[in-house]
Formats: sequence, structure tokens, C-alpha cells
Amino acid sequence: MNICVCVKQVPDTTEIRIDPETHTLIRAGVPSIVNPFDTYALEAAVRLREKLGGRVVVISMGPPQAAEAVRSCLAVGADEGYLISGRKFGGSDTLATSYILSEAIRAVEKKEGISFDLILGGKQAVDGDTAQVAPEIAEHLGLPQVTYALGIEEKDGELRVKRDCDNGYDIISVKLPAVVTVVRLPYEPRYPSIGPWLESKKRTIPVLTEADLETVDLTRCGLNGSPTKVKKSYTPVREKHGVILSKVPADEASAKVAGMLREAGII
Amino acid sequence: MTNLNEYRNIWVYIETECGKAKNVGFELLNAARPLAEQKGCELVAVVIGNSIESAARDAICYGADRAIIVDGPEYEYYSTDAFVNALVAVVQKYKPETLMIGATNNGRDMAPRVSCRIGTGLTADCTEIGVDEATGNMAWTRPTFGGNLMAVIMCPEHRPQMGTVRPGVFRKGVYDETRTGEIIHEEFHVAADEIRTKLVERVQEVADAVDLEGAEIIVSGGRGVGSADNFRQIFELAEVLGATVGCSRAVVDAGWMPHIHQVGQSGKTVAPKLYIAVGISGAIQHLAGIAGADKVFAINKDPEAPIFSVADYGIVGNLNDVVPALTEAFRKLKA
Repeated sequence: MNICVCVKQVPDTTEIRIDPETHTLIRAGVPSIVNPFDTYALEAAVRLREKLGGRVVVISMGPPQAAEAVRSCLAVGADEGYLISGRKFGGSDTLATSYILSEAIRAVEKKEGISFDLILGGKQAVDGDTAQVAPEIAEHLGLPQVTYALGIEEKDGELRVKRDCDNGYDIISVKLPAVVTVVRLPYEPRYPSIGPWLESKKRTIPVLTEADLETVDLTRCGLNGSPTKVKKSYTPVREKHGVILSKVPADEASAKVAGMLREAGII
Repeated sequence: MTNLNEYRNIWVYIETECGKAKNVGFELLNAARPLAEQKGCELVAVVIGNSIESAARDAICYGADRAIIVDGPEYEYYSTDAFVNALVAVVQKYKPETLMIGATNNGRDMAPRVSCRIGTGLTADCTEIGVDEATGNMAWTRPTFGGNLMAVIMCPEHRPQMGTVRPGVFRKGVYDETRTGEIIHEEFHVAADEIRTKLVERVQEVADAVDLEGAEIIVSGGRGVGSADNFRQIFELAEVLGATVGCSRAVVDAGWMPHIHQVGQSGKTVAPKLYIAVGISGAIQHLAGIAGADKVFAINKDPEAPIFSVADYGIVGNLNDVVPALTEAFRKLKA
């Protein structure tokens, strides 16, 4: 089974800070990581390949430094990795990004001389949180999709996906080729072992630019090819001045707050 | 180029399953009603499902002027192909200016495929929707970077303008059974072989059904609770108040509580009358999920915990003393 895994390099959102003056991210000193949901997708891909054979190819769209994210995927089992990076791609919203990635997937198939049976990704990236790019890739490629996977199994050339629902889960079967997005899996992504890690450091990550995507329509890429526009951004203000009781005995404080809640008609 | 003037009205997608509407569609109707007044346009509910006449009727009572329904046995359960094909067909026929969709797992599965097929923009997980005065475009506000930054997004040159909103961000309006409105049946069917996924089995974890989104009072525990065992105190406090039990992500990661109880950016978005946060420090991802709460009551041993900056009421102290004392205080009040 040949599998393409789409990954994104993201700032570790538990570490990020916003500049209160400019309302922009303070990137200095913030570690970049592979989107955690994507690491599950990669682990699922590598396990499927270990069972069924084939190749696992990682692609990532981003600035040149996102090559590091691709490299780290090579260290944990991906066979090949490509960075999709071009000046015309900057400022793309989800629709433009998914279009570029769908063109890149076709270009990578041609380069590798394979066709992908499965395209995997995380359910969403933790920086944008949109969950739109993978379903849009499926739409561009005309493929069926299953989102929010909690488990993936191959059975007689079909996939069985355990899909997260509000109060339980569904088992969905889908014929291949297909696009699947992953929430988490019953197992953890592996850590790189020393050999593959050293090996990955020596690899050159091929970069595909607009020039390498033969059929790409550049009017559908970048800021100009994006239907959504960010009009402004701001830091949320959350500052209340509530009644905070400190150094008051527990039963006294409790009776006081309970009384206030009753008085306010809340309980 | 799209002729923008052809596109009129605000549509709200009403998600159904087995004929029953999910609340988020009705919540969106309530949020969209004033926007329709402001734009001087109609508010239309679009309902896809099986035997959904009564869901369409409810949508009108919750504020829609009209309802368009696509009804058929193939829509009994959600499938990407059937629902996307049906929604795209009615959107292309009627040309709404705006389309809002509840950001359930199914809504988030369907919406991007619809926007992509039509070639328009989609803003995910909005927490506020307004009309931009200068242009008349929808202004969609959404959190990014884990709630650290808010962005206002517009889609000026493509229609419909699409956005999703998570359940619990807005509240349902009053059900007004005197409201009337036309229900339009659209015959649109999807052949079985066009649906490329198959629902093999559904497993409902009924015993664990937790309705955080609809809860009036939530008692939520964080890492400060200390252990899975200590959650017993949280449940006792919740029981006295008739509250639903929530928790922070740290608690789920530690394995003390299942994910279904999680409140915050990667869990549920909630809008209770009262949110009691016990031993929750108040990471921004958690605060993003409770922004809709009327009142926040925080209990924490650390007076510097960020949760106190959003709290209406707070007690600084040891949870093992405060939580049982509170349970007792509420019990007395209720007696």
C-alpha cells in the first residue's frame, strides 16, 4: 500500500506568546514541532506499510525551515519526504493550500512512479484548528474521505476506520484510494531510534516549487487565490474583577459564595 | 467571476440524524436572526435527513422564515458523499449569500468539501458573527493559535460566505409555536453507488453520555484535583447542584477522566449559567472553551492562577477543604 502523509510544521501552541502591541506571534524561542495529530497519521501509515508493504511518502507545505519537519518524519519510518515551498504559495488560505497540496500529490506520484492508495493527515493542525485542508484535498482529487479516525485497519483491499462520534464511535468502511484524517490511535507514535535519526540528518529534502507543479494554476494559489481574507487580529481580553476570597476559612468562604450565587438567582 | 448580487439570504444548515435535529442548528438560527434583520433578508433553514418534516417545523419556530428540506432514506445516517451532493445541489439552485453550519464532527467533515466544490471561502469554528458595516460582508471571528489570538475573517468576492460554529457557542432562542413559514421539499436523491463509504457498525457509549454543551451548571476539575480518586468530591459537588461534570485536558491526559468530559479548545465548548472550575489553572485553551459561560466560579490554591482573572467568584484555598465545605453549603441552601 502506497501512502502519502500530509504533515504541517506548527509552533508549539502551549508555548506561544502574543505581542500585546502588534497582536502578532512572538516566534523567537518558540519551538517548532510536527503537528501532533499528524504524528499519529504517520505512525498509522508506517504500521500499514510494515504489514502490507509499499511506500510511505511525507509531504509538507511551508517555508524552507519546514524541511526539518519532513526530516523528522524520515527518522520515524517515512521512506521519502518532500517540502512544498514556493514564493507564489505564501498567504494561502485552506482552499488555496489544499489545491496546491493536491497538485503536489499528483507531482509526487509522478516522481516516485507510484500512485497513492491512501492519503493520511491529522484531523486538524493545532495552530489553525480548521480541519479543512484534508477534506478539501479529497475534494480536489475526487476521493472519498473518512475524518476523525480513532483506528485504521485494512481488510480485503478496503479500509475499516473507527470514527469518533459525539457519544461513541462508528465503524466506516471505505474503498481505496481514499483520504483519512486521524484524531489519535490506540498506540503512541514511535520515537526515532539512533540509526534512522542519523541517517535522516544526511538526507536532502527535495523541494517542489511552483515550477515543479506542471499543471498548477497560479491564480488559485497564495493570497490572491484565497477567497478568505484576514481583516484583523487581536488578543482576546479576559479581565474580570470578581469577588475572590483569600485567607478565609473554607466553610465560611463556601457559605458566602453559595449565598451570593443564590442571591444572584444562579442556583 | 461570481455575480455577487445574485446571492441572497442567510442559510443555516440543520443537522439531523435518524430524523432528529441537533441543537447546534437551532443555536445558529438564534445567532443569525438579528443578522437577517440587519441585512433585511430572509433566514432560511436547510434540513437534510430522513423524515425531517418536524425538524423543519421546529427550525421555523426557532426563528427561520422558511425551510428547505431534502428528505430521503439515504440521509438516515450521515455520509460525506450523500450530504455534500445534496447540500451543493440546493446551494447552487437557490444561491444563498451566507451559509452557516454547526461544527460537529459531521459538520466539519461536510463543510470544507461543500465550500471546495463551490469554490468559496469557509471560516472554521467562529465564536462571533457580525455584518461589516462598510461592505455588508459577514465578519467571522475565530480563535487561532490555541485561543491566543482572535482573527476576523471575511470572504469578499465569493458566495456563499460560509462559516462553521461549534455547538454551545450560541444559545437556542425561545421556541415560538405561533411562527409560520413555508416548507419547501427539494427532491434530490443520491444513488447507493455514489456513496463511497459504508456505516458498518455504530457503538454508542450511552452509559457515558455527557451533555456538557446543554448543561446549565458545570463542575469541572483540573490537575489540582490530584487524582482520579479525588474526582469523587467533584461528582458529589455536582450532584448537589444537579450539575454536569467536566474536566481540563490535563486530567484527560493523566487518564483520570475520559475525553468525553473534556472542556476547552480540544474538547467541548460550553455556555452554562455557572461554570465551577476546581483546581483548573486556566490555560488559554481551556478559557477559550468557557468564554460563553455566564458566571465563572474558580477554586484554586494558587492566588496567581489565570483562572481568577476570568472569575466572577473565587475561593483561594486547599481543594480538600473547600470542595466538601461547598458541597455542604449548597446542600444546606437546597434543603
